[in-house]
Amino acid sequence: MVALPDQLSQGRGDSVGLLRKEHMDYKDYYKVLGVERDATQDDIKRAYRKLARKYHPDVNKEADAESKFKDAGEAYEVLKDPEKRAAYDQLGANWQAGQDFRPPPGWDSGFEFSGGGYTEADQEAFSDFFESLFGQARSGRTRYQGSREFHAPGQDHHARIEIALKDAYDGATRQIGLHAPQVDPAGHVSVKDRTIKVTIPKGILPGQHIRLSGQGTPGIGKGRAGDLYLEVAFKPERGFSIDGRDVYMDLPITPWEAALGGKVKAPTPSGSVELSIPRNARSGQKLRLKGRGLPAKPAGDLYAVLQIVTPPADTPEAREIYEKMARELDFNPRSK
Amino acid sequence: MTRKTAEAVPSELIEALTLAELCRSCGVRADWIIELVEEGILEPTGREPSAWRFTATSIRRTRTAWRLQHDLGVNRAGIAVALNLMEEREQLYIRLQRGER
Repeated sequence: MVALPDQLSQGRGDSVGLLRKEHMDYKDYYKVLGVERDATQDDIKRAYRKLARKYHPDVNKEADAESKFKDAGEAYEVLKDPEKRAAYDQLGANWQAGQDFRPPPGWDSGFEFSGGGYTEADQEAFSDFFESLFGQARSGRTRYQGSREFHAPGQDHHARIEIALKDAYDGATRQIGLHAPQVDPAGHVSVKDRTIKVTIPKGILPGQHIRLSGQGTPGIGKGRAGDLYLEVAFKPERGFSIDGRDVYMDLPITPWEAALGGKVKAPTPSGSVELSIPRNARSGQKLRLKGRGLPAKPAGDLYAVLQIVTPPADTPEAREIYEKMARELDFNPRSK
Repeated sequence: MTRKTAEAVPSELIEALTLAELCRSCGVRADWIIELVEEGILEPTGREPSAWRFTATSIRRTRTAWRLQHDLGVNRAGIAVALNLMEEREQLYIRLQRGER
């Protein structure tokens, strides 16, 4: 399965995806795996497995985990294979990682790579540097070329789409930029950019999927096109969090509203409501608004989480009030 | 950047998936999904595989499970443990965002 989020960009046509770099940098595969150049195959395997477990994007949520995982995979792809490793070693140890690289002419003479350039790893993920050494292997699909008629269904694609909380309350349409590989009748693969408009239904929940029939890779011959699956995630918004179909919202209140109780107007994603603050309310207390969570069936609840905000003592009047409280209220939050 | 006019495409909210649909959407084989069900990693409603219905979140679980096996060589029991821990981590993250103690 190819094509994850980097084949898809959202919103304003910010283009990511299958852009190719003009020049390429030398990659020090030994350094990537953190092993010496004379490491044994076992050392290399151990080092790779350790890095793979550490940086696997499902396991590690750091932003650069995915690229580190891919780098390790690429390095391992070369170093685990004695043929490729020997060829790579032949380039010499004088290259510095990041140095502008062009393979010396005939660098691979005397080496024979059994099979294709890639084995089990995800070929699309490898760098131009790898490709320049071990083959143009984006040809996976071009072998369908030829006079014999060939039919195959296109691949399904998966991507994540981030929506605002408000979109789930009201429903929305979103434009999505797709960088999808297209296969022409002769079997040639090219990347085509296009923009599609998607309807986000009201009441959608995090983790739900929208299926766009026929928007995956086109089929070959008479094969039908694959589908595009969009997994819905919610954009983090300050002061809001979502748990299933329930929504939590910070509600700032003044110390006197907290102490005296009473009604306050609160903006919620589904419009303004009047809320009763109980007397002697505490920070962190939750007020439940039934049915005002995400409007799924059944609808979730909205929780207003009270947060007492104290006004600054930055005027003589304010100072006077605080001083009066200090004198007259017998209150020490640190004594039990 | 030139902006092309967007083409409106019909979209459909996935409510429940059959075994065949789940296989197709995740690009995996039915017997592998059946193994995940036997391990309790996926919990469809319905008795027979032909009557199974999976929730849409099964797509994510299945794909993560596949990557764990394919990329890291994790076995089924390991996948079950990893998925549970990942879910727990997500729950904790949500609570953290909410500032709960």
